[in-house]
Amino acid sequence: MGDQLMNWLIAVLQTTLFVVLAPLLAGWLKWCKCHLQNRKAPSLFQPYRDLLKLTNKQPVVAEQASWIFMIAPYIIFSATVLAATVVPLIAVNLPTSASADVIVMVGFFAFARFFLALAGLDIGTAFGGMGSSREMTISSLAEPAMLMAIFTLTMTASTTNLSFAIAHVLNEGLVLRPSFVFALAALVLVAIAETGRIPVDNPATHLELTMIHEAMILEYSGRHLALIEWASQLKLMLYGVLIANIFLPWGIAETFGVQALGYGLLAIMGKLALLAIFLAIAETLVAKMRLFRVQEYLSFAYLLGLLGMLSHIILEASR
Amino acid sequence: MILVLAYSAVLLSFFSGLLGLAMHQRQHLLAFSRYWFKRFPTGNERCQSMIADWLEEKRFPILLRRAVFFLLGLSGIFAVAAGLSVLIGKGLVTDQISLGLPWLPWHVRFDCLSGFFFLIIGIAVSAVSLYGPGYVNTYKESQHPFAVLGLFTGLFVAGMLLVLLADDAFFFMIAWELMSVASYFLVAFQHENPANRRAAFLYLLMAEVGALSIILGFGVLASFADGFTFDALRDAQLSKTWASIAFVLALLGFGMKAGIVPVHVWLPEAHPVAPSHISALMSGVMLKVALYGLIRFCFDLLGDVQWQWGVVLLILGTVSALGGILYAMMQPNLKCLLAYSSVENIGIIFMVLGLSMIFMANGHPQLAALGFLAALFHAFNHALFKNLLFLGAGIIHHQTHQLNIDLMGGLIKKMPKTSMLFLIGCMSISSLPLFNGFVSEWLAFQTALQVDVLDNGVLRSLIPVAAAALALTAALAAACFVKVFGMIFLGQSRSHHCDKAHEIQDKGMLAGSSLLAGLCFLFGIFPGLIISLINSVAGQLLGETLPNDAALGWLWLAPVSTNQASYAPPLVLIGALIAAGVSFWYLRRNPLTVMRRAETWDCGFGGLTPNMQYSCSAFTMPFRRIFNKVWIIDERIEKDLRGALNQDVAAIRYRLEVYDHSWPRLYQPIEDAVNTLAKVVGRIQTGNIRTYLGYSFATLILMLWVIS
Repeated sequence: MGDQLMNWLIAVLQTTLFVVLAPLLAGWLKWCKCHLQNRKAPSLFQPYRDLLKLTNKQPVVAEQASWIFMIAPYIIFSATVLAATVVPLIAVNLPTSASADVIVMVGFFAFARFFLALAGLDIGTAFGGMGSSREMTISSLAEPAMLMAIFTLTMTASTTNLSFAIAHVLNEGLVLRPSFVFALAALVLVAIAETGRIPVDNPATHLELTMIHEAMILEYSGRHLALIEWASQLKLMLYGVLIANIFLPWGIAETFGVQALGYGLLAIMGKLALLAIFLAIAETLVAKMRLFRVQEYLSFAYLLGLLGMLSHIILEASR
Repeated sequence: MILVLAYSAVLLSFFSGLLGLAMHQRQHLLAFSRYWFKRFPTGNERCQSMIADWLEEKRFPILLRRAVFFLLGLSGIFAVAAGLSVLIGKGLVTDQISLGLPWLPWHVRFDCLSGFFFLIIGIAVSAVSLYGPGYVNTYKESQHPFAVLGLFTGLFVAGMLLVLLADDAFFFMIAWELMSVASYFLVAFQHENPANRRAAFLYLLMAEVGALSIILGFGVLASFADGFTFDALRDAQLSKTWASIAFVLALLGFGMKAGIVPVHVWLPEAHPVAPSHISALMSGVMLKVALYGLIRFCFDLLGDVQWQWGVVLLILGTVSALGGILYAMMQPNLKCLLAYSSVENIGIIFMVLGLSMIFMANGHPQLAALGFLAALFHAFNHALFKNLLFLGAGIIHHQTHQLNIDLMGGLIKKMPKTSMLFLIGCMSISSLPLFNGFVSEWLAFQTALQVDVLDNGVLRSLIPVAAAALALTAALAAACFVKVFGMIFLGQSRSHHCDKAHEIQDKGMLAGSSLLAGLCFLFGIFPGLIISLINSVAGQLLGETLPNDAALGWLWLAPVSTNQASYAPPLVLIGALIAAGVSFWYLRRNPLTVMRRAETWDCGFGGLTPNMQYSCSAFTMPFRRIFNKVWIIDERIEKDLRGALNQDVAAIRYRLEVYDHSWPRLYQPIEDAVNTLAKVVGRIQTGNIRTYLGYSFATLILMLWVIS
């Protein structure tokens, strides 16, 4: 019983770490990007300050808005936090990752997106509808690609439980699997699309014709905006952790000692910092693409996922 | 006992139909009651006055309408009771009724599979009977007689229940035809509109072609068996080829009823024109009866399933799922959209059923049971949420008098309760976690991911692709229902009717929908309740059940083993409540940050009008562009030009029509061929009496020659 309680406590701690560290990752990403682009960088803790400022402001809600608009930020935030409980950050074998597997995690993202899109439609302006329509288009193309990449992993580990899958990869040791290379590439492409980074969407833009995510949340302010911003930072971190921990799980804690957990935390922070640098470089080098090029981009991601799956079946399967 | 419950369900629905006939017999009933009291005078004055009161002109229709739906509801409750008792007891009862022809008694068999479908029908019928009395008020003053509606609704439900009870091919076909023909009259209910008559005829035509195909399927089986009872058919020894022929015939017949692409065309025509509670029954339940027929035919009567059949089902299912949702997305008519979405869901069920067959034929009965369970659970869920959505569409139609999504908007403020119920339906059908639709899709994914056990390399690469198609379907469904909910309930109203709409007053209509919405949520959180019931179906039919992970308890869903996959919806719900509660509490504690209302941002130009919102066709435009080969798109922009050089645009009209490929590709050639054939045959019909006499003479001579 005591063990169980301890496990649950660590699970709660891990989720809290997720929520608390997400703005830091966003700050670090911005910092890297600024330096790459010869700009003066804001402090690493600027995202925290922004969130704090927003929570202390009075939210202004459009007259047209209904209760969907008001509850959507809470739902989006909670769904993203729930997705965070599923993904192992510093340790595997935690009880929360058994309560939902990777398919449920994709479901949580879908849940958040559903309400985000509804909130975009709620106020009845052209921008909101435009953002919702584009978001639903991109996500419906990204979801199969993402599941294809994840299925490659889950079929290798023959489990959809992320924690067990990561443990499986750890136990196998460093094996170069062609399927994993393809799946990694596919997942990276999907992650960029789903978190709204360049070249699919530009988080810094407010230009009418190019925004996707920003168009939906244009009417939000105050604490509502804070929640949505925080959720999208959390989502960015989630994808980062997925990529880092599935394909390079080394360092993650398999026992629940203080030392192991500490190493786990350091390892994941290092991995995420490195990933963020890559992302910043990519965002600096690549230009945003036209909306109707995104389908080609995502079908390429799907193709990579499919290749990963096929190479698993043809080359690696046990028989 | 179980059979008594089942029979009472059938009889009650039958009587409810007959009672409906009494609607126009008020005068006769009045005369009869007077005669009765004169003949047998009773001292009880109150009884006499009560009956006279009932038969009063104003009250009689209302009372009768309630009585009809009360009987129907009772039939639903009995069906649920019968289904539950056979499922919990894992029973199997058989009986013979000496109805019909003297040497062909009706064989009845009530097992877990029938029981499960009884449960589906029972729940749907109960909800509809709560909803019905309020809804049919719409037809009070029109020329549409309630008697017709009541009679055929009763017969339709009775027919569906009898199909499930049938244990010989004759009885099955009689019940099947009762169901088809009764529903034809329901589709043709508002027959003054030519489009409705056309839809009804198309429905009848396809139903009868399907029935022919089913009869041929039974015929193939019966030619290897001695008799037409299902027991005899089960014992039939078929060669692989003949079994496959029987399978194809059954697939065609049942698939036509279930609405598999490409034989789905009657669905989007017939469902929108029937009254909403009937479309709910047709889409939610009748399609499931077709599914029952297919399962009974393939898994029970044919027995040895072959993996090729599974592949056929998998491919047809994938095409239907993707096609259904893509077509649904483009429909401006709400009920049409829901009908196409039924095609999608039936496609998903077929896919999983195909997986189950593949595993079965490859010697993995436990995985087959998993797929079977996912298919039946999705059928159950689809019955719940599609019924809910059709009933919701009925409420919207009742209040706004239109079904065109492009003309709605802003109803969430005018109809808060309906919007909540409809939202639950939309979330379930988009398979979001915490709702029932998600659980069955999750099970479907789990089934597909077990593909590693198969030896066949083609299958092993085909099934994951099908799984990815399933993911695409789910994502498209979410997009489609975001559009539906957003366009109907959110934003500003786009038409006068919607502006004037208000919440429905009838409690029954809300109660019927609330019942279904509540069940959608309940089975999303506690799917184990239904899964244990389906397990007994799988146990009886496939001889294999899922291992019940007792160590994990009822909280958990771990279909294969805990190491492979697990899902605990109650824990997820608790987690969601904690996360939402904490953030809500934390952010609202500062009294200075009370929310303020302000005008919507209009870019400083002023005057946001409803026309500036994104419309349906705008919302789906990216999809139209990406998947443009799927539809036949007729998009036209007409400009009125003025001015000396025709350079000023005075008005712009945008027209968009989206058509189904199956008409020109499949049905038009068939229609043309039939017409050509008719012309050829027409040549020998000269209309000249001498020629006909010549034909008779020739036939007579031929007959005489044959006999001698």
